[in-house]
Amino acid sequence: MRNLPPLTPMALIGLAGVAAFIVLAAFAPWLAPHPVSEVVGGVWDVPSADALLGTDNIGRDLFSRLVWGARVTFTIAALATAIAFLIGVSLGFYAAVRRGWVDQVLSRLNDLMMAIPTLIFALVVLAVLPKNMVVLVLVMATLEATRVFRVSRAIAADLVGLDYVEVARLRGESWRWIMVREILPNALSPLLAELGLRFAFAILFLSTLSFLGLGVQPPIADWGSLVKENKDGLLFGVFAALIPGAAIAVLVICVNLVVDWMLQKTTSLKGARRNG
Amino acid sequence: MADILLKVTDLEVKASDATIVDKVSFDLEKGRVLGLIGESGAGKSTIGLASLGHNRAGLQITGGRAELNGRDILQLSPRDTRDLRGVSVTYVAQSAAAAFNPAHRLIDQVIEATLWHKLMSRAKAIQRAKELFGLLGLPNPENFGDRYPHQASGGQLQRAMTAMALCPHPELIVFDEPTTALDVTTQIEVLAAIKHAIARTGTSALYISHDLAVVAQIADEILVLRNGRMVERGSVDDIFNSPQEDYTRRLVSMRQTEKQAGAETHDNLLSIVGIEAGYTPGVSVLQDVSLDLGRGETLAVVGESGSGKSTLARVVTGLLPASAGHLRFEGKGLPSELAARTPETLRNIQIINQIPDLALNPRQTVEAILSRPLAFYFGLKGSELKRRVAGLLDQIELPRTLNDRYPAELSGGQKQRICIARALAADPKLIICDEPTSALDPLVAEGILDLLMRLQKDIGTSYLFITHDLAIVRAIADTVAVMLDGKVVRYGRKAEVLAPPFDPYTGKLIASVPEMRPGWLDEVIARRTLPLING
Repeated sequence: MRNLPPLTPMALIGLAGVAAFIVLAAFAPWLAPHPVSEVVGGVWDVPSADALLGTDNIGRDLFSRLVWGARVTFTIAALATAIAFLIGVSLGFYAAVRRGWVDQVLSRLNDLMMAIPTLIFALVVLAVLPKNMVVLVLVMATLEATRVFRVSRAIAADLVGLDYVEVARLRGESWRWIMVREILPNALSPLLAELGLRFAFAILFLSTLSFLGLGVQPPIADWGSLVKENKDGLLFGVFAALIPGAAIAVLVICVNLVVDWMLQKTTSLKGARRNG
Repeated sequence: MADILLKVTDLEVKASDATIVDKVSFDLEKGRVLGLIGESGAGKSTIGLASLGHNRAGLQITGGRAELNGRDILQLSPRDTRDLRGVSVTYVAQSAAAAFNPAHRLIDQVIEATLWHKLMSRAKAIQRAKELFGLLGLPNPENFGDRYPHQASGGQLQRAMTAMALCPHPELIVFDEPTTALDVTTQIEVLAAIKHAIARTGTSALYISHDLAVVAQIADEILVLRNGRMVERGSVDDIFNSPQEDYTRRLVSMRQTEKQAGAETHDNLLSIVGIEAGYTPGVSVLQDVSLDLGRGETLAVVGESGSGKSTLARVVTGLLPASAGHLRFEGKGLPSELAARTPETLRNIQIINQIPDLALNPRQTVEAILSRPLAFYFGLKGSELKRRVAGLLDQIELPRTLNDRYPAELSGGQKQRICIARALAADPKLIICDEPTSALDPLVAEGILDLLMRLQKDIGTSYLFITHDLAIVRAIADTVAVMLDGKVVRYGRKAEVLAPPFDPYTGKLIASVPEMRPGWLDEVIARRTLPLING
């Protein structure tokens, strides 16, 4: 990316947070002191040198599970977001470029999907289909794709009316060329910002599903499942559930800070400098 | 020198990395009009705003003085500046339509600043505004102020804004291109109204414009600016009769070229037969338009905004299918729908747009932009492709070093040349030029027109040339069609169309084009049988 705005302190905090999360996810096997399901102490032990954040509801090291959970959270959220963008951007651009009835059909179908509450849709589908990672990622991707469709169709619809796209149409270019070569490069900046936002939403949505028991299944755990496993401790004054909860909040805020920073400049579709 | 109202000395305005205004000095006597003229980037608006004690965001007044009645307005406190603006100095912006609040009646906006500064009572202010409406030739001066902005035309709004500026009895008005956004026939009305009103009220004015012909009609003196520096200053007669600088000479001698029309050809490249077209079903923008364009010739379509000339261009390109009538190209039927046209037909009809900024993909380099049509139509690759791109750059007189530049790194004229090269790359028989010079500075525009004419001579391309500017028509056309409200009102060889007897509209259009000499407006006003100021 050329033309990124200058770094602000808030952007630095956000970037640092996101970088830390990615490092945790990438190097989990080396960073986690214990294997993910190893029982190292009693139930809900207080923090000690061996278990930095204490232990969970069956005596596993919470810190290790948090580190491993980062990896699960990152993989699923990133995959779901990537697939959502692949589907949403291609269909959104396609609708904007073809216009007419193609646009009408795709947009109304999308409206239909958006009319179903996401959580209820996910609950029904995940309750019926086998509970594995593939289904989970696909369900999340489908739901996210509806939002991406809207945004990318709106961006592309603005660009389609510009003269250089008309010139390409007059040249006789296929809609594929117009989508990939004329529109996509000019839509990248706003889409990148949207990517960040949707990634944050994917993390939240995954945590919600896991908390409800529909997301990641034991023995592996993402941050949402960690909250679920330890929530009963709250009744006994044990704060183990708050740690993964706080981790989710911090991560989402950091992603948002990065997006805010990127958005400062991405609204201009034209080049930065003009002379003459 | 007697009564000096505004004295600007060594004014210097800087942006973070560039000098916008470089040591400009001038003074303006009471009751006189000074024209500031220059192309975009000349710093003329910046100087105009500095006379109001204002600078745009990102700019800084770094030196010099601007004295109004001996008081330096650049050093005033915010409170004193506020008491200056809208009282002693007022401003008329380029786009009055954008400057008025659509939610309030015109009268309230015209007198707002005057009331705010407690210069007169509401009743008196309204009385004054009505007098000014009459002075400026607005219809029904008594009731005109009751209208909302959307109920007035662009020219009326511009005059209402002049009334707003005149209302508090200012000493100085800054006019910032007040007629640039208007059609020529409207421009002459507004120009005459402004001239009349400032002469009658004895107000001094700074008149900013890029159009020397316009400034010459209204100013007593002219200051020519270029790239933030003063080029020349003198009385209007001096500037026109004995310009000292080469740049001024070029400005004055513009619009003199005229294409010699050849013998009429009967070899038609494009025939437009009985075309009707519109954007909403049932509403035709174009009504029964029939025109012919000869091979190797230029058909100029002239009209004001809303006349349907650009719509006609869209019909020929196929972007807007016609609802009736048909097109013929090279003796064969030309499908109305873009999708039904063969690649060969698409190649043969190319377009050059009005605003080169929008016509070039900002994420593609010059080389990518020019290579694509060559690869797409002719399958060129590798060194052959590179050679052809270099050849195109030579043809449009740009250095080959521009290959790796992005559009944002080119000047307006360079961008338009790239658009021309892209059209040429297809080796077309017809190029549709949709106002290709109206977004460019005058001298740059002349260069583009010269280039288009040279290309026509060299390779025999035909042009369908859409324009609102009759001076351009003289310079380029073989055949001319004058459009009004979607109909062709006059059509024929240039010599016939531009010679009397005229139909009423064409006569008005031709009489409205400012001529490049002082005193033209006065003559037109004197020649008119009806009073010009009639609303």
